[in-house]
Amino acid sequence: MTAQPRLAPHSVVSGRVGESVQRPDAVLKVKGDFPYSSDLQVKGMLWGATVRSPHPYARIVSIDTAQALASPGVRAVLTHEDVPGRKVYGLEIPDQPVLAFDVVRYWGESVALVAADHPEQARRAAAKVHVDYQVLVPLTDPEVALTPDAPSLHEGGNITRQVRIRRGDQNAAADVVVIGEYEIGMQDQAPLGPESGLAIPDGEGGVDLYIATQWLHIDREQLAESLALPPDKIRLTLAGVGGAFGAREDLSMQAHACMLALRTGRPVKISYSRPESFVGHVHRHPGRLRYEHGATRDGKLVYVKARILLDGGAYASSSTAVIANACCFAIGPYECPNATIDGWVVYTNNPPCGAMRGFGSVQNCYAHEAQMDKLAAAIGMDPVELRIRNAMKTGSSMVTGQVVEGPVPVAELLRRVRDVPLPPSTTSDPIDLTEMPGGVSNTTHGEAVKRGIGYAVGFKNIGYSEGFNDYSTARVRLSVVGGRPRVEVHTASAEVGQGLVTVQAQIAGTELGVSDVVVLDADTVVGSAGSSSASRQTYITGGAVKAACEAVRERVLGLAQSELGGRHLGDAHGLRLENDAIVSAKGAVVLSLATLLGEEVIEETREFRPRRTSPLDPETGQANAHLQYAFAAHRAVVDVDTELGLVKVVELATAQDVGKAINPQAVEGQLEGGAAQGLGLAVMEEIQVKDGVIRNASFTDYLLPTILDMPPVRMQILELGDPHSPYGLKGVGEPPTISSGPAIIAAIRAATGRPLSRAPVRPHDIVDTGSRGVRS
Amino acid sequence: MKIDCTVNGRSRTVDGLWEGESLLSVLRDRMQLPGSKNACEQGECGSCSVYLDGALVCACLVLGGQANGRTIVTIEGLMSGDALHAVQQAFVEAGAVQCGFCTPGLVVATHDLLNRVPEPSVMQIREALAGNICRCTGYAKIIEAVQLAALRMAVHERTAR
Amino acid sequence: MEFLQPSTWSEALQMKSAHPEAMPIAGGTDVMVGINLDRQRPEAIIDLTRIHELTEWGMEAGSLRIGAGVTYSRIIGELGVRLPGLAMASRTVGSPQIRNRGTVGGNLGSASPAGDAHPPLLAADAVVELASTAGTRRLAAREFFTGPKRNAMKKDELIAAFLVAPANGPQQFSKVGTRNAMVIAVCSFALSLDPARRHIGTGIGSAAPTPVIAEEAERFLEGVLDEGGLWEKPAPVEASALARFGELVSAAAKPIDDVRGTAAYRRHALAVMARRSFGWAWDEYRAKASA
Repeated sequence: MTAQPRLAPHSVVSGRVGESVQRPDAVLKVKGDFPYSSDLQVKGMLWGATVRSPHPYARIVSIDTAQALASPGVRAVLTHEDVPGRKVYGLEIPDQPVLAFDVVRYWGESVALVAADHPEQARRAAAKVHVDYQVLVPLTDPEVALTPDAPSLHEGGNITRQVRIRRGDQNAAADVVVIGEYEIGMQDQAPLGPESGLAIPDGEGGVDLYIATQWLHIDREQLAESLALPPDKIRLTLAGVGGAFGAREDLSMQAHACMLALRTGRPVKISYSRPESFVGHVHRHPGRLRYEHGATRDGKLVYVKARILLDGGAYASSSTAVIANACCFAIGPYECPNATIDGWVVYTNNPPCGAMRGFGSVQNCYAHEAQMDKLAAAIGMDPVELRIRNAMKTGSSMVTGQVVEGPVPVAELLRRVRDVPLPPSTTSDPIDLTEMPGGVSNTTHGEAVKRGIGYAVGFKNIGYSEGFNDYSTARVRLSVVGGRPRVEVHTASAEVGQGLVTVQAQIAGTELGVSDVVVLDADTVVGSAGSSSASRQTYITGGAVKAACEAVRERVLGLAQSELGGRHLGDAHGLRLENDAIVSAKGAVVLSLATLLGEEVIEETREFRPRRTSPLDPETGQANAHLQYAFAAHRAVVDVDTELGLVKVVELATAQDVGKAINPQAVEGQLEGGAAQGLGLAVMEEIQVKDGVIRNASFTDYLLPTILDMPPVRMQILELGDPHSPYGLKGVGEPPTISSGPAIIAAIRAATGRPLSRAPVRPHDIVDTGSRGVRS
Repeated sequence: MKIDCTVNGRSRTVDGLWEGESLLSVLRDRMQLPGSKNACEQGECGSCSVYLDGALVCACLVLGGQANGRTIVTIEGLMSGDALHAVQQAFVEAGAVQCGFCTPGLVVATHDLLNRVPEPSVMQIREALAGNICRCTGYAKIIEAVQLAALRMAVHERTAR
Repeated sequence: MEFLQPSTWSEALQMKSAHPEAMPIAGGTDVMVGINLDRQRPEAIIDLTRIHELTEWGMEAGSLRIGAGVTYSRIIGELGVRLPGLAMASRTVGSPQIRNRGTVGGNLGSASPAGDAHPPLLAADAVVELASTAGTRRLAAREFFTGPKRNAMKKDELIAAFLVAPANGPQQFSKVGTRNAMVIAVCSFALSLDPARRHIGTGIGSAAPTPVIAEEAERFLEGVLDEGGLWEKPAPVEASALARFGELVSAAAKPIDDVRGTAAYRRHALAVMARRSFGWAWDEYRAKASA
């Protein structure tokens, strides 16, 4: 047997659906005892390092590894020639090299690998891999990439996907027309845990990988292709994940660590540094959006025309799905009979972009909500009233023609955030600098500070779309341990911090009426759970756990009936599982589970598949493309130093329909944390790329909101119940990230009167500084 | 290179150190104390907060050799026996933990804050914890946890008197 | 990489003399970032944290002499009343974790144009004390910075201390960053009013290749105060004079566009900060005078 790293011990969870149950890993985490992927160590382990391209676009003339191989402590140096199988990978389109061959297409692309005894030896050797590049002119403007004359970065051209949506009258005219152009910068997920993992060769040609990922099985699928191994020779186990937010959907170091381990016959760990992490995962697509809204004088939308261009960067990742979302949700949660939406996502030599929380529905929300405010101003109507007047409701149609079922509380969410009492003005005497825009940096004592209030509402799909095979697998095992019934839940679903382990345990506890529930390590021993993304896991894996529990319950009740013969109390169909026992319809304990089961183990595995969705029609974009829709609204209150352009977000108010809060405390955490990421994109977070090179690949200059930047969030959580989903729940994680940022920018507009058509808003966007300076 | 120091009350010796190794690497890779986290390694995130001779510092910014002869307390050293410290317990209860990568640093920084300022205002909490980045929670439940811990520690203090 | 750990100041100076390429390290808040992120691999490092003298401060001929190894936290806690400008700047340095380690000596050694301690040192006419085995010399902070991340130190020198007179009038420090904590300055401004010498001191950070002063602005404001007899009878200063002061501060900067902000914004912000800072300082002076 090969060595195994220490993984988190399993803890028993007790709790029911609807309760704020403490997460079982919290105790380990507060003790510093929770093993994250970057913490793993085994005896004889080597450290991997990655040689990366210093150019955004270049031809690889030659790679010389001799000097690196001769460096102290080095055990292997690998290039694309050493990739055993398919040399490329990708979530939707396998276009990204495991290690670059022929050309590099972005700054920081992986070119070669080193394994050495010590990380410093690996780094020094990596610096000695000599790559001879013929530097090419990078294609960095997505508008240029769209033109037919642009050089093709991939076979088949630079358009990764084009989406066309045509709904209603394409020539509709309106009394009031507003036009706007918007630009959204590139946001990073910036999970605090770096990309990392440990690959251990099994001595029989296979490999065990302990990894922080969002989807074990899709990793394995891609690894099997590139390592040229049957899937069962590659076993993945989820190690502790330090946040994800989309950054761990694509492969990063997975194939690299496995290749080095298989080559050296030794365990190999790779853990990225923060600057490396910035080039080691995909980012949120930057976008350029042009909108035209037409409305009647009394504020009813007549048509929306939108042109959305997303920069996908060097490789496809999940771009094709992101642009579909950007187009499907382009107009926001509003009714509009006529729509013309054109979206493109293109290849450039910029950093690759893909999934991030909100997934295509974030960029467009900045645009459609700015347009709604513009329209309200043009008509002379209150902006919330305008939104309410056009709000989608149950039975409304999407621009894709899909009829939205179940509760659609758009107007209610808006009314609720509007009616939250406003926070008092911050004119405390003496002033507290921490409450001022600029904080303790002492830039204002109240001078030029103006307050602004802004609103936004957004929505997106929960689960996969366009016919993508959405399912999850759960294995549930009921047995008696130490005289007490115990449920073990086993899925491959990735706990990335969101609280999925707790949710699984709560569902099993609820369905089987058992106090002791243990959720086993997620691994590839059990069937796929799909990804921890699209806010889908509580719905889909939760649904699988529920289904498996129901199957177990049916067998237990069957067992109970045959055990009891005719001697049960009242109606046999009324027997239930509760409090570790079989209870009658009236709640009386009939038989303890421990007694009933004895040595018997009841185990069932189930797959859960929600309703199928359909691909968008390529010409009209009409389809029932989505499974479920989730809505949230935000009101932002900001104080702006209008002379210095500095912003203090004073308060966020939000209302969101979560269908059913499986774990209310965890739901609150999602609403608060999601809003913080929206705040980040609104006022500070941007990967700055110049000529294809990231200029701020560190936490010194890629700024994340601190505890002094994030205001209190006044939350209203609605549980309106979706008729189709388990317990009526809706996905929770993404909606808070969609409308929080647009509400903040609307508030800054209200405070300053400036158009602010770009996110994030920078101080120099707020103040008029006259001429521009000299570029460094 | 060799260093001797006291970590969480135990005297520890590490030999064969590369001279450029940070205290954070020494703790994580050589002392099997991975509780201090490696999120940025440039002092911007606070995930590696530890006490060095009683002062709250980022372990990533201390050179291994600088720790020679010093006393270090890490997140692994805050427990009192098997019981969670009040700060740790409050973080668990308040729901201040999601992915948890920032948690050890925040717990140590909160421990330090409440040692210095037993009953901090919200703004004092915010200023004291500004160097600890959390990407998951939006900080609201962290503030609740700090307040809860402060309250319990104050009650404990009063009843102990 | 060689690790040198002197335990006395004279040993440190000897080591630096023998290894002039060695990089000094104190709080590590700058040096360690370079090492961790593989941006620099110095041949040798001299650890100065064992040298007790560097962590001491005291009075010397009417000035404070503050060891290069005194941390920002101690400056705030122990010297906040006597050096309010430097203390305000120290409060904006990183986080508690950084302020517990970072030192003014390290800031001077790195000589980053964005170093937060530099503007208040310039504004207060501080003096930097440099030492080598050959002896000790003192250099005005205004002559210390020679280029981006370059200073007037010789290869064999270490920073022993800095000297600065305790404030005898109001001081201010103001810094623009794009979040409300934990920021490297987009630009910063320090102001020192010295009623005893009827002197105005300024310092500008992050808006030129080095930290700089706004000399013309200083003279202008001194003229305004002198002409109006305002030091003696402190009345409000006219808005036009304040605006002019801001313009002159702005004109003293030579900013560039970079990842943190644009040159035009920096010029604009400096004018605003200068105007506001003087307003706050003058209010304080007037309040004291009327008390």
